Amino acid sequence: MSAYSITEPSSRAKWTAGILVTLYAVITMVPLLWIVATGFKTPSDAISYPPKVFFEPTVEGYVNVFTTRTRLSPEALAALPPPANFAEEIVRQYDMVIAGPSRFGERFLNSVIIGFGSTFLSIFLGTLAAYAFSRFKIPLKDDLLFFILSTRMMPPIAVAIPIFLMYRQLGLSDTHLGMILLYTAVNISLAVWLLKGFIDEIPREYEEAALIDGYTRFQAFYKVVLPQAATGIASTAIFCLIFAWNEYAFAVLLTSGTAQTAPPFIPTIIGVGGQDWPAVAAGATLFLVPVMVFTILLRKHLLRGITFGAVRK
Amino acid sequence: MAEIIIKNLRKEFGSFTAVQSSSFRIEDGEFFMLLGPSGCGKTTTLRMIAGLELPTSGQIWIDGEEVGQKPASQRDIAFVFQMFALYPHMNVRKNIAYPLVSQGLSRARVREKVEEVARLLRIEHILDRPVGGLSGGDRQRVALGRAIVRSPKAFMMDEPLGALDAEFREIMAEELRALHDRMGATTVYVTHDQLEAMQMGDKIVVMNHGVVEQFGTPQDIYDKPATMFVAEFIGSPAMNFLRFRGSVEAGATSVRMHHHVFEVPELREPFDGDIAFGVRPEHVRFSDNGAFRCRVDATEYLGTTQIVTLNSDHGQLKARISSDQPVRVDETVGLEFDPKTITLFDTGTGRALRSDLNEGVLSHG
Repeated sequence: MSAYSITEPSSRAKWTAGILVTLYAVITMVPLLWIVATGFKTPSDAISYPPKVFFEPTVEGYVNVFTTRTRLSPEALAALPPPANFAEEIVRQYDMVIAGPSRFGERFLNSVIIGFGSTFLSIFLGTLAAYAFSRFKIPLKDDLLFFILSTRMMPPIAVAIPIFLMYRQLGLSDTHLGMILLYTAVNISLAVWLLKGFIDEIPREYEEAALIDGYTRFQAFYKVVLPQAATGIASTAIFCLIFAWNEYAFAVLLTSGTAQTAPPFIPTIIGVGGQDWPAVAAGATLFLVPVMVFTILLRKHLLRGITFGAVRK
Repeated sequence: MAEIIIKNLRKEFGSFTAVQSSSFRIEDGEFFMLLGPSGCGKTTTLRMIAGLELPTSGQIWIDGEEVGQKPASQRDIAFVFQMFALYPHMNVRKNIAYPLVSQGLSRARVREKVEEVARLLRIEHILDRPVGGLSGGDRQRVALGRAIVRSPKAFMMDEPLGALDAEFREIMAEELRALHDRMGATTVYVTHDQLEAMQMGDKIVVMNHGVVEQFGTPQDIYDKPATMFVAEFIGSPAMNFLRFRGSVEAGATSVRMHHHVFEVPELREPFDGDIAFGVRPEHVRFSDNGAFRCRVDATEYLGTTQIVTLNSDHGQLKARISSDQPVRVDETVGLEFDPKTITLFDTGTGRALRSDLNEGVLSHG
């Protein structure tokens, strides 16, 4: 190792880069950390001025996100048996009792079903289409690819009204299937284009070798091409999930009851009377978790160059 | 093990014809070379035999069965790719085992066969390594292992040495040939390297622009070229062509080139027009009484022999002579040609005129 290596950056350059990256990370993380922190504050701490950086944490926000509560008269409260659990205890401090679970759980589950469902469908269809576009002779291939891309040339919400009317006619409004299909339709162009790029990179010889080795075209596809495309599939899946998970406008427009996802629901937590910011922050924090977990699980695929060195170019 | 017969094989890609009506026959157990410059259709022909491309028309017979339109997986042949195409997500053992897994063999049997092949190729020590870090030679051996493990009817090899360094190429060429001789399997081998083809092949097909120019043993192809293309493509330096206008009769044993008369193998067909007189550099002899006079342009010393570039009235030619023979640039020398080795060509079509020399070798006429 020479001190003047051409390929190795100098230690000063590395330090500078490290500091810049850390700085960037801190700046982008602050709002996120603030939300997480707010979720553990009391309502009065949350709106205090100057803002409190150090405070006594409480899970009040999380209790409020998951429950509906009723205020009781002091006499009625006094007549109650002692609180059965920590949630009840917190609620009693405000002269209230837990009346039942809130809708947050089912909305969250809706988000999971619709987000992961549409991601799975986008990836499934997108991979097959991308493989076909990459490997087969298809008449008007370039035009078809352009057509698929052109669905992303305007913001999806621009077609909100036709979709709203269509969905009402088809009975797809406020259904899981309707939302899955809608998010898949939006994501599929991204999936096809991204995945086609990844599959184009995989040398055809691998499949040809598998064909020669006695496998069918489909076996060659899922035993040889899919493992090679894992990196591309993982990153495409993350993009698709993030879109479907965060989508707000269509969710507001097309869902209200059974299929409502978390994004339109979380703002409604703010409630009547006092503004319950900790509950909103708690909901937002919980909402972040699945995408984070999904990304962390697929992280190794994002970073790994699995075809490294297997084919000489 | 199988005999492969190619009949009128043709492949078109859109308006481009990659292979035009090829026909040849590969005997059981033969090491068969498909030779030609890049873009000549040799790889396409190989891929059609393997089933990776389907022919536009024509037939492919493998072991007495017509397989032209069958998928690759049903032809029971192995293919060694130029870039090896080892499955990068599997280790060496799994790569070699992969063709056996598709046949549904028991685990124990697969293990046994893989290890047998690994011993044969001397790669037992790398069986459990990932393929990513292997050297070129080892990758080549793994690719061969994957090909032979299944004991297929025939091997297809697409320039398998092309991706190797020069030093490895020599070793692997010998290993390949030795492996073939031990297994006795029919092998079809694509290369653009005429030396490789001559050195390893039992038979050679020379292709150009999608057309089979000649098909025969290396000796026949070298000594009795069927076309001017073959004569030029094989041999280094290439065959000399002295071009002239003239006519010959069937049965003639000499040809007149302006004032010179040269002996040639007895001709079997008459011809009148532009002729190329083809003689290999090693069949050019210096002779003081030779009536054909040339000026020496340059000499290249190659150890035991030297290549002398000469300038004649009928164009430039090269001679390969012993290094002991003193030659000076700019001197004028007389030349003689070994009469038994001469081939006359029709310059218009490039084909060789039939004679005693090439009787029975030429496919056309």
